[in-house]
Amino acid sequence: MSGIPHDHYEPKSNFTKGVESRLPIIGLLYTTITAPTPKNLNWMWIWGIVLTFTLVLQIATGVVLVMHYTPHVDMAFASVEHIMRDVNGGHMIRYFHMNGASLFFFAVYIHMFRGLYYGSYKAPREITWIIGMLIYIMMMGAGFMGYVLPWGQMSFHGTAVITGLFGAIPFVGESLQTLLLGASAVGQPALNRFFSLHYLLPFIIAGLVIVHIWAFHSTGNNNPTGVEVRRGSKEEAAKDTLPFWSYFVIKDLFALAIILAVFMAVVGFMPNYLGHPDNYIPANPLSTPAHIVPEWYYLPFYAILRAFTADVWAVQLVNFISFGIIDAKFFGVLAMFGAIFVMALAPWLDTSSVRSGRFRPMFKWWFALLVVDFIVLMWAGSRPAEFPYDWISLIGATYWFAYFLIILPILGVIEKPLTAPATIEDDFNAHYGPKDGGSATTPAE
Amino acid sequence: MSHADDHQGTRRDFIYYATAGAGAVVTGAAVWPLVNQMNPSADVLALASIRVDVGAVDPGTQITVLWQGKPVFIRSRTEEDIAEARAVDISDLPDQGANNNNLTDEAPATDENRSLDADGKWLVQMGVCTHLGCVPLGDEGDFGGWFCPCHGSHYDTAGRIRKGPAPRNLPVPVAAFVDETTIQLG
Repeated sequence: MSGIPHDHYEPKSNFTKGVESRLPIIGLLYTTITAPTPKNLNWMWIWGIVLTFTLVLQIATGVVLVMHYTPHVDMAFASVEHIMRDVNGGHMIRYFHMNGASLFFFAVYIHMFRGLYYGSYKAPREITWIIGMLIYIMMMGAGFMGYVLPWGQMSFHGTAVITGLFGAIPFVGESLQTLLLGASAVGQPALNRFFSLHYLLPFIIAGLVIVHIWAFHSTGNNNPTGVEVRRGSKEEAAKDTLPFWSYFVIKDLFALAIILAVFMAVVGFMPNYLGHPDNYIPANPLSTPAHIVPEWYYLPFYAILRAFTADVWAVQLVNFISFGIIDAKFFGVLAMFGAIFVMALAPWLDTSSVRSGRFRPMFKWWFALLVVDFIVLMWAGSRPAEFPYDWISLIGATYWFAYFLIILPILGVIEKPLTAPATIEDDFNAHYGPKDGGSATTPAE
Repeated sequence: MSHADDHQGTRRDFIYYATAGAGAVVTGAAVWPLVNQMNPSADVLALASIRVDVGAVDPGTQITVLWQGKPVFIRSRTEEDIAEARAVDISDLPDQGANNNNLTDEAPATDENRSLDADGKWLVQMGVCTHLGCVPLGDEGDFGGWFCPCHGSHYDTAGRIRKGPAPRNLPVPVAAFVDETTIQLG
């Protein structure tokens, strides 16, 4: 499966020969688990494992929670309380699932910014990147629908707001919103179908994860230098790589252990820190919570949604050009989805011939600003929609689009990149010294 | 495999197109019920009208009732509320349509076109922000009417959008007095 030359599985016993000739599954597993992996990977290359683990955690805890949950407007809230109070260990299982969502998004954001910094999205890894973006969108959908299920105040009114986004689409919006909700307002039909889809999406994500891994096993992993593994011969490739098992598995598991220690502390000592107290009030269609905000992982895009109000000149211009079809509300929705879309287009917007940000002196600073921008937007999204937060959101949203649509294309032309090492082996030896006399005490990065 | 150099359209070509066409129609026919099942079911669609006793609603207060799954604000307005709403110039409004289901779409957003009775004492409107569907709070905001806490939309004492991201005035549902103190919705 891998494009990098390496040893293939040779069945030895009669049994494995027999299996392999009928279904080459042992060979598939062998190739996957021993994939040649660049030996200079740093600690930013652990998040894939963390994410895979979290997906399994969410599916396992989710399947168990469904055994006690009732998707009905009159009983959903009570059934979640039943899980919290009566089901054996139910409160911990639910807290794992709740905070597992946060861990999922925390890891995926670092994973994405890793890709953005080291140019992992660039050719030939565009398909890996696009599949990753699809997974991210599915995660957002699954996370949102999961949040609806406890049928608390935030669940209910969050659903009203998010399905309202689709209502903003000109001409078909209202019918589309009705189609999504199964009624003109949020109620039983919405809860029922969100439950169904919340169960479905993780399995689609799992399928996409397999394709994601397949794609980057075909192109080979990126690495901190952005220099490709040499593929001239098996021996040459072996100088740049180590097999995934056991070298990287053990490293990743060590990282996972540390991350899970922090995760356990959050689940054990502050399980509701990232949630909203309002969601422990049963849903009441007659009153919206005073301060309605989505979960933290949606905040940057929520800030972008709110940033474009009718008094922004760009909104007025677009409104005028489109003969009023694109109003401020629809503009905000377009901006929110557009912010994710431009990220997906990064492989084609980045014109630089150098892959890794390590060798791009100007790019480094713009990228750092993008990370700051993301955090500022996250903070602004959690604030009320008033001065000065509206301005901060607008500036942040502008930079987000400018980074992808203006800065990335221009930087590739005007920037003079540094010289990257010729091979991964050179980069590795620069850190650890040549093979025999290498000191093992220097950290990789 | 003669079709590569035969552009006249053979019987075999016809069979290809007919098969593909039939396949597309059958697929569409199979998918459509799977999509359409998501639309409101018959029990949800069954329009219910409700009657609300407003005898106990004092001027300057409002009640909120649930109608077809959505909140409806029924407000008894004070003289000041009415005067304030009627003093507004229509051209200052972001949405100049009355958005009143009892009137035509072209009706301008005058206070008279928004209120239920000619005096303007009663204002009946959906309690659903036209931005993204939150429930606005009464007696709040910069214009003395409603304020939506979600994204900061301000409505005036006639429920008209004045400031913030919401595009429309709060919709006025089909409503009428059936006797002195009872309003029928729907």
